[in-house]
Amino acid sequence: MLKFECETGNYHTFCPISCVSWLYQKISDSFFLVIGTKTCGYFLQNALGVMIFAEPRYAMAELEEGDISAQLHDFNELKRLCLQIKQDRNPSVIVWIGTCTTEIIKIDLEGMAPKIEEIVEIPIIVARANGLDYAFTQGEDTVLAAMVNRCPFPKEKTPSLVLFGSLPDPVVHQLIIELKKQEIHVSGWLPENCYKQLPELGPSVYVCGINPFLSRTATTLMRRRKCQLIGAPFPIGPDGTSAWIKKICHVFGKVPKNLDERENIIWESLKDYIDLVKGKSVFFMGDNLLEISLARFLIRCKMIVYEIGIPYMDKRFQAGELQLLEKTCKDMNVPLPCIVEKPDNWNQIQRIRALKPDLVITGLAHSNPLQARGITTKWSVEFTFAQIHGFTNARDILELVTRPLRRNRNLKDSGWPSVMIKI
Amino acid sequence: MKLAYWMYAGPAHIGTLRVASSFKNIHSIMHAPLGDDYFNVMRSMFERERDFTPVTASIVDRHVLARGSQEKVIENINRKDQQEKPDLILLTPTCTSSILQENLQNFVEKATETTQSDILLADVNHYHVNEFQAADRTLEQIVIFYLKKITKFKEMKKSIKPSINIIGIFTLGFHHQHDCREIYRLLKDLGIGINLVIPEGCKVTDLVKIPEAWLNIVPYREIGLMVAKYLEDSFLMPYVEIAPMGLMNIASWIRNICIKMRLKINYEKYIDKQTRFISQAAWFSHSIDCQNLTEKRVLVFGDATHSAAITRILVREMGIHVCCSGTYCSHDADWFREQVQGFCDQVLITEDHTQVGSKIAELEPTAIFGTQMERHVGKRLDIPCGVISAPIHIQNFPLSYRPFFGYEGANQIADLVYNSFTLGMEDHLLEIFGEYDNPIIPSKELSTDFTWTLEAQNEIIKIPRFIRNKVKKNVEKFVKLKNISIISVETIYQAKEYSND
Repeated sequence: MLKFECETGNYHTFCPISCVSWLYQKISDSFFLVIGTKTCGYFLQNALGVMIFAEPRYAMAELEEGDISAQLHDFNELKRLCLQIKQDRNPSVIVWIGTCTTEIIKIDLEGMAPKIEEIVEIPIIVARANGLDYAFTQGEDTVLAAMVNRCPFPKEKTPSLVLFGSLPDPVVHQLIIELKKQEIHVSGWLPENCYKQLPELGPSVYVCGINPFLSRTATTLMRRRKCQLIGAPFPIGPDGTSAWIKKICHVFGKVPKNLDERENIIWESLKDYIDLVKGKSVFFMGDNLLEISLARFLIRCKMIVYEIGIPYMDKRFQAGELQLLEKTCKDMNVPLPCIVEKPDNWNQIQRIRALKPDLVITGLAHSNPLQARGITTKWSVEFTFAQIHGFTNARDILELVTRPLRRNRNLKDSGWPSVMIKI
Repeated sequence: MKLAYWMYAGPAHIGTLRVASSFKNIHSIMHAPLGDDYFNVMRSMFERERDFTPVTASIVDRHVLARGSQEKVIENINRKDQQEKPDLILLTPTCTSSILQENLQNFVEKATETTQSDILLADVNHYHVNEFQAADRTLEQIVIFYLKKITKFKEMKKSIKPSINIIGIFTLGFHHQHDCREIYRLLKDLGIGINLVIPEGCKVTDLVKIPEAWLNIVPYREIGLMVAKYLEDSFLMPYVEIAPMGLMNIASWIRNICIKMRLKINYEKYIDKQTRFISQAAWFSHSIDCQNLTEKRVLVFGDATHSAAITRILVREMGIHVCCSGTYCSHDADWFREQVQGFCDQVLITEDHTQVGSKIAELEPTAIFGTQMERHVGKRLDIPCGVISAPIHIQNFPLSYRPFFGYEGANQIADLVYNSFTLGMEDHLLEIFGEYDNPIIPSKELSTDFTWTLEAQNEIIKIPRFIRNKVKKNVEKFVKLKNISIISVETIYQAKEYSND
């Protein structure tokens, strides 16, 4: 049985408002308005790096003291800003991102949005992607869940398939083609490239997630639109992709064609990388909720996983993934890793010191200090921005995982061992 | 509410954390929601810091929102006290926590009973002050806290040899580490010892030694002045607040230090030798190479210290025309105006980067000296830019020795300025033989309101790229005035004669 633990929650991760950075690029006619303080703005401006200089379709509605002490009227202020955005950019949708501050001072965003929407004549969607409730990638979950309510209802009652989760266009096409090979037609995707093309959702629609952090969206799809959720492992790694397709085929009553062959060919092509990682140990500190799927794939690649830290564990939404993880451990004959929800970074570092794993997957706050102590690290956020889904991109995951290991190999004759500080 | 895309100065807690993490053995506990500890990422990445950043968060989540932090903050303080054994734990409120109005001071008092470490609550208002002001205030708060422990003030002795305190070297500061080394070198030449560098690398337990120094120097006026003023009032310690940036500033910095310390050394001889022979900057400005810089027009923007100093260097030491000089330190606007008065055509005080961008587009300077944001504006408008001030980026943490202060700094600045302009000879060749880049004019460059004949289009390409837009604008202004509909080669020349510019 898998062991679950829960620690103090004193861990480092990105604020969920960071989802703005990839969602505004994905939904090309959108505008994201983050209603928060200077702290939120400073985070976005530094985390987004050079993107900020390219006139992004996002902005801060920076709360000032008058807003906090309710001397200014929220409604008028937001109306004014939205009219300005309409005039400057004329987007098809404005997404309001609620933050910690709007939660605490209880600005009624959901209440105001419909009224301002009428005045501005642009749809306004409210997503509460705040650090009080969520971690990093869960921000996308809150936005997509809010978007569900804006999707049209289907006109016909024939069963169809809608996938949810924001992915770069090439990956979207790859996965669609993969399902097409099984004669399964993807009728829509949440989100699409344009807000105006949101998919039709209703009781006849089967939905399937492509990322492990989309549990709110899944719940909303089931409860609000009575969609039928296909619970499957996520299409990360060839094993995950194959299991994902199989599950969808099963639901649509199709017998998978050439799927195992396809998976085997991909595994064969990964051989050079697997030789590099074989027998090496990994420690996930946990910050983006992709951890279970990545760990499961890496175990299949013959690695040993000591610990899977994860911000939040939805055992129902991730049930398929957890089962596959268990099965993979059994197949590979390795002990089950410990899953640590809401980890405590300080405790984790003590465990890392004791275990000395070959690779720690962690955020930038800890990477350099660990490197300096001779612990090899991989920056976890790269997994959220790289293309890692489907058969085609399995190599990219291993490319990322092996990069620090290959670097160690290339530097091993430099004459100064990597240790700068004694651990 | 304010629609904002970018800010020059960070939020208050960043300033507080910069002060705290610059000291040795201080741990900061932020009272903050998940994800607010982005400071750790910045320090680890930009500074390429090898140690764990001594900042953790006591997470504010739904439970805290509903029931208050209760024992959580105290537990976190106690834990850190045992884990890291810091000299001081600084409880840092964030913009989120400050509106919760929990009595954090109460937590501090309660925790003090059980910890070995000293505990302080950072006293900054997130909605009143920015990064710099908060840092200034936090530094003062910490210094006062430790100096209050001195009871026998009269028995405090000055160091036997002349010595000073450097106040204001910080983590994540723009070239601070290099500047600090350069100050050290200058002072060594003058036979002045360093009592303490505050706060970088300083232990709070050493702060009681502050009054042993003869003088305080505050090289960057954004952070450190409050401490210096406090020390002047309470310990009768004089201070010098000049930034030793640029040859003339260095000279007055040295003179001021020596006078205030009543040193009997011949510093004039030292200044003269350094300026004329050791540093290359003065000679470089007089060398034939620099003639091309005569009255080139530039725009300067940055924090108050750097922007003012660079403006004065450009004008007085390099003979360059500064058409606009500005700062985002609006809280220090009066000082800035006074510093650059008479050295530039206009002064720009704003925290809004779009205003700076529009000013650059309007004035079309030959080069910009600004922050990372101005560098990007420059890229868009095809105007070269040298970065002279924070906000910082990883490129502003070079591994090699790059001070802005002192005589070596003067060399560095001269290089930066010179390399930002198209090199002199290249400039001439372009003027004589025309541009070597693609001769097809992109349609967006020419306004559609006017018709340019083919010859006129070809003529305009021959004008060096960095002034082409300006010439075009002048021509269009001219034809508008004269009601000409088609622009020919002749029109271009007429416009030139007319505007004589």
